Amino acid sequence: MSRKLVRRLLQRTLPRHCLITDPVALKPYETDGLTAIRQPPWLVALPETESQVAAVLRICREHAVPVVPRGAGTGLSGGARPVEGGVVVGLSRLNKILEVDLDNCVACLQPGVRNLAISEAVAEHGLYYAPDPSSQIACSIGGNVAENSGGVHCLKYGLTVHNVVGLKVLMMTGEVLHLGGRGQELDGYDLLALMCGSEGMLGVVTEVWVKLLPVPPVKKVLLAAFAQVSAAAAAVSEIITAGLIPAGLEMMDRLAIQAAEAYVHAGYPLDAQAILLCELDGVAQEVEADAALVERLLRDLGAIDVQIADDPQAQARLWLGRKAAFPAVGRLAPDYYCMDGTIPRYRLAEVLQQIESLSVEYKLRVANVFHAGDGNLHPLILYDADIPGELEKAEAMGGRILELCVAAGGTITGEHGVGVEKLDQMCVQFNSDELEQFERLKAAFDPAGIANPGKAIPTLTRCAEIGGMHVHNGKLPFRNLERF
Amino acid sequence: MQTKLPEAIVATTKGRRAEQILRSCVHCGFCNATCPTYELLGDELDGPRGRIYLIKEMLEAQKVESVTVTHLDRCLTCRACETTCPSGVEYSQLLEIARDYVSSNYRRDLLDRLKRLWLIRTVPYKRRFRRWAQLGRAMRWFLPKRLREMLPVASTVEALQATPPVSPSVAASSVLLLNGCVQQVTTPQVNAALRELLAARGIAVVELAEEGCCGALELHLGKEPGALATMRNLLDTLAPRLDEVDAVISTASGCGITLKDYPRLLKDDATHGKLARRLGDKLLDVGEYLLSLDLSWRKQDEVLAVALHQPCTLQHGQKLGDEARQLLQNAGYDLVAVRDEHSCCGSAGTYSLLQAKLSSQLRDRKISCLESGQPDVIATSNVGCHTHLAVAASVPVVHWIELLR
Repeated sequence: MSRKLVRRLLQRTLPRHCLITDPVALKPYETDGLTAIRQPPWLVALPETESQVAAVLRICREHAVPVVPRGAGTGLSGGARPVEGGVVVGLSRLNKILEVDLDNCVACLQPGVRNLAISEAVAEHGLYYAPDPSSQIACSIGGNVAENSGGVHCLKYGLTVHNVVGLKVLMMTGEVLHLGGRGQELDGYDLLALMCGSEGMLGVVTEVWVKLLPVPPVKKVLLAAFAQVSAAAAAVSEIITAGLIPAGLEMMDRLAIQAAEAYVHAGYPLDAQAILLCELDGVAQEVEADAALVERLLRDLGAIDVQIADDPQAQARLWLGRKAAFPAVGRLAPDYYCMDGTIPRYRLAEVLQQIESLSVEYKLRVANVFHAGDGNLHPLILYDADIPGELEKAEAMGGRILELCVAAGGTITGEHGVGVEKLDQMCVQFNSDELEQFERLKAAFDPAGIANPGKAIPTLTRCAEIGGMHVHNGKLPFRNLERF
Repeated sequence: MQTKLPEAIVATTKGRRAEQILRSCVHCGFCNATCPTYELLGDELDGPRGRIYLIKEMLEAQKVESVTVTHLDRCLTCRACETTCPSGVEYSQLLEIARDYVSSNYRRDLLDRLKRLWLIRTVPYKRRFRRWAQLGRAMRWFLPKRLREMLPVASTVEALQATPPVSPSVAASSVLLLNGCVQQVTTPQVNAALRELLAARGIAVVELAEEGCCGALELHLGKEPGALATMRNLLDTLAPRLDEVDAVISTASGCGITLKDYPRLLKDDATHGKLARRLGDKLLDVGEYLLSLDLSWRKQDEVLAVALHQPCTLQHGQKLGDEARQLLQNAGYDLVAVRDEHSCCGSAGTYSLLQAKLSSQLRDRKISCLESGQPDVIATSNVGCHTHLAVAASVPVVHWIELLR
């Protein structure tokens, strides 16, 4: 491959302002929301139309150049981190809402549309788009599909995969897939579900059809303060066991409460060890009854204070602290490392206790902000990257936390994806047969292996190197591989 | 965010401050969502997060690259990003340091240098600026459309021979009104309306005979030493009158924000720093001031629908804006909903001249947002936005002061 030729071809295909080649200008693209891991791209393409995207993919395919799709660059697992010698295809300029179909309550979007912009655009019709990751103000729907993003409300309304009804995918082979759409039933293999969470490794999404839901007529938000983390964790289990499905059920620990409070002044109790935020929505009678039940449960389980926000402003304020919690933690320490693992709900208290022990062991503070209702943990490990060795310490501790999750019967990612961050933990979670199957699936979509290579699925060699390989029935898999 | 600034940079006060700000950024990217240029251009380099990265790279390498200058120049300094940022990154202060660094370590091309020099030497001086405006009007048909649009309209240029200050016979209180330089040439009717309004309510208006510029223009162009000298000059003129007034006000939020920033900008200056703090204690935006007086307004016979445009210098810079809304409501106006209220109109001081294309694109977007609620009039509170929007709006644009009676 002649790099000069590829560059010339791209320059001829794209308008001048759509291709970045200057090394100084390429630097800000070397990372996404996970700044600890960086790699400057060879080139950045910022196409303005779908046909330009297709043209870039064609050139890259013909010359075997790796392609890294990028949305808003807010991902937290390095999914959009460039690969060496690769082209970053930024989709931020494809940001049009193509259609809002009110009869079917669906909308068709280009991948660069911001998550929150969808709800803002349809608010006048009393509709909204349910998945709401913390970064919803900035993150793009294309990125949401790639990471199968969740959010505060996914306990009741599901992840991205449950709210996307159609996709148009440009495949690396040059073909175009139309999966689902304006509410058609999908027969055959559910490739639409496969695309959600595929981290840009199977193709590039250029159109997304999403479900729009009616804004619930009544909402209530309860904030309960607890003197012990374990009591808060027990309350989470109790609420779900009682048959309630809150729209959101979130937990924050003391450090997170302090950070968020310093930023938004939401009125969070600063003396609590943990708070629970519980949102109930639906029709008036149902919400009233559920709220009464939740309040009784919370008090019975030892909540030292319960606040109930009825009006939208007070509710928004309570949520603001939660939604801004990640970056607000940025005020507590120069850097933080955000983890994302899941565990069975009933083991919350125990796992949080173990994380606390790790925090003591590694001498690094941990703030916990998470989707308690679905057992999706987000421990934020605070560190200072300017102190030599602290980043490595934080990463090692993060790895231990994820291993804790797997040991407790959970998974290594809830909603942030694997990216480059959690490749090693994938070796813990999946055995070699499973990993091999993943590889075969990728090869079926992308035989040349140029779509976001090196992300999400670790190579078997990598797993062998870190010693995380599962040994099946006493037989060592891949005997021929060298081990280190 | 991790930084590796060289010793030579960190050894300076500004370098240390830059490092502190850079380190407070966690690279979450929320800022891009409300950045007008990111929205328009969709390039990481044209959003705050990318600019912060470029600044970091520039200071680390101690070398100014032209591509960095291009993207820093495109920043409006609207500070919407600061309102959005959950980590409290003081972006505008970082940008100020970066622009100063660019100014002393980078040679712009000749045309750019001339433009900037002309702006600094002309705009803050009302007599020079007026002469240029008159000349421009005489030659208007030979000017490119962009420039022609920017000329102050005839009536205001000629009506400039400032309305004599109206003083009530017995003053209940007194206020020092800073007239601003551009405003005196382009929209003198605003302060005239305010003088009348205050006189009718028994408030004496004190004005400075030779009022200099507040320094905003030079500061935004990265000419900090010049800006500080301009500021000291204004403080010296102001000082003798400070004790005789209850408050100091400006009707242009673009001047207001710079004036409010004096204590920080002059903190290392023993004499003027103290003066700056004294000014700071009395300084109010005109909205804050009027609302604090608890005055009553004559109700309108006909209820006009007003679209209120919040200047960035007010809503993001001074974290104000509700005052005008409340005053207009008290006076019986109907305020229509405005889409994307956080977004800049593209005026941004000298930006409309230096980045004309982006500026007019942002203006057109803003006008469609402002006019979506079908207002009878658009009201704002900064001279830059006022004249910039007036060029393309299909309804009259005024300062909200002009709507009060």
